[in-house]
Amino acid sequence: MGEFRWELMAESFKPLLKGTVITLELTAGAVAIGIVLGMFLALMRLANNRLLRGIAIAYIDFFRGTPLLVQIMMVYFAFPQLFGFQMPDNYQFIAGIGAMGLNSGAYIAEIFRSGIQSIDRGQGEAARSLGMSHAQSMRYVILPQAVKRVIPPLGNEFIALLKDSSLVAIIALEDLMYTGKIIVGRTLQPFVIYFEVALFYLVMTLILSRFVNYTERRLGKSDTR
Amino acid sequence: MIHVKNLHKHFGKLEVLRGIDCHIKEKEVVVVIGPSGSGKSTFLRCLNKLEETTVGDIVIDGIPLNSETNVNAIRREVGMVFQRFNLFPHMTALQNIILAPEIVRKTNKKEAEAIGLELLNKVGLADKANEYPDRLSGGQQQRVAIARALAMKPKIMLFDEPTSALDPEMVGEVLAVMKDLAREGMTMVVVTHEMGFAREVGDRVIFMDEGVIMEEGSPESVFGNPQNPRTQSFLSKIL
Repeated sequence: MGEFRWELMAESFKPLLKGTVITLELTAGAVAIGIVLGMFLALMRLANNRLLRGIAIAYIDFFRGTPLLVQIMMVYFAFPQLFGFQMPDNYQFIAGIGAMGLNSGAYIAEIFRSGIQSIDRGQGEAARSLGMSHAQSMRYVILPQAVKRVIPPLGNEFIALLKDSSLVAIIALEDLMYTGKIIVGRTLQPFVIYFEVALFYLVMTLILSRFVNYTERRLGKSDTR
Repeated sequence: MIHVKNLHKHFGKLEVLRGIDCHIKEKEVVVVIGPSGSGKSTFLRCLNKLEETTVGDIVIDGIPLNSETNVNAIRREVGMVFQRFNLFPHMTALQNIILAPEIVRKTNKKEAEAIGLELLNKVGLADKANEYPDRLSGGQQQRVAIARALAMKPKIMLFDEPTSALDPEMVGEVLAVMKDLAREGMTMVVVTHEMGFAREVGDRVIFMDEGVIMEEGSPESVFGNPQNPRTQSFLSKIL
């Protein structure tokens, strides 16, 4: 049994911080893609048009029903082959963000859908009875109310995505996890280094979840507004 | 103003409306009464297509209710007041009122606000313009809801049990607003359990049961001398 070289924690701090920045960029980018995609999918999912609804359901089922790891591999390895393009230099980063964005789009779509459906039916009826179109009643009446209700589950999705982003290490994208792996390979101190990696993730998720709680409380005060 | 011919409405296998024929004239105040489950609310909701009709024709102010364009156009002319108010909780009273004029009628904001304040004044709530609905009592909320519907300058107003969700002491203030409206010559269809209101304001009373119109006539004849045994039994229970 070797000894734990705790001093490595201080030495690894800087490279791990660099990896953390990549992890945060990756998560933020994926969430941005996911929100836009999720909003479109949720509206499609609730549309009267059968084709739109079918596409949205198939998409959501596929991305929620298959592992993110497989999706990352597919985007990274299968897409260039399928569409016949050369991987650009930063393709790891593009594929990582892309795969996570496509994946979170499916989850966020369901969050938006349940938020929209949680709004009392009378709200839409009142809007329609005033002569508003379906789109107008969504935009001015339903969505402003739904957005407040989806902030807590959306925050939880961010946290889950932040942790799941560690999966991109599989395509050698130098995020927090992959950086940790490299340092372990060099130092042969898996416990010390992975413990430090875990702490980095923990600090991020704690900050995020506190922030989610805070917004939840603030919105809760004016829930009916 | 409103022509309804052979209106049928099914919810799945359940037939809620079984052939309604009805003609409502301009400036007429029609009060629809009947036991719960008789289809009176469904009938009212068919008049602005909040419910799809199964069979039958509805013509409002000369426009048949058949296409989506027509439906949106009709809804601008037909105001509706709901049992549970359905005010938009994220907007102040005034914002609730001016939203539809602004985005549907494209009235400019200043003008819409002027109309909104005038309507709030009319329903006795000029001082509540900037309050959110959760700060208003049920009666106040319903009066704002009436003002909201009136802001579209409708030709017809539909009331779906407007006082049923109110505490008793607030019923009067809402009925007072409705009486004013009737006096000004608004065409109104009112589903209600307020028989005093029906008697005082109604030009015609329609008694519905089991999805058909069982009896109709002036308030004096329906309340004073009901012909149909169903009407007699219903009235004996509530009067």
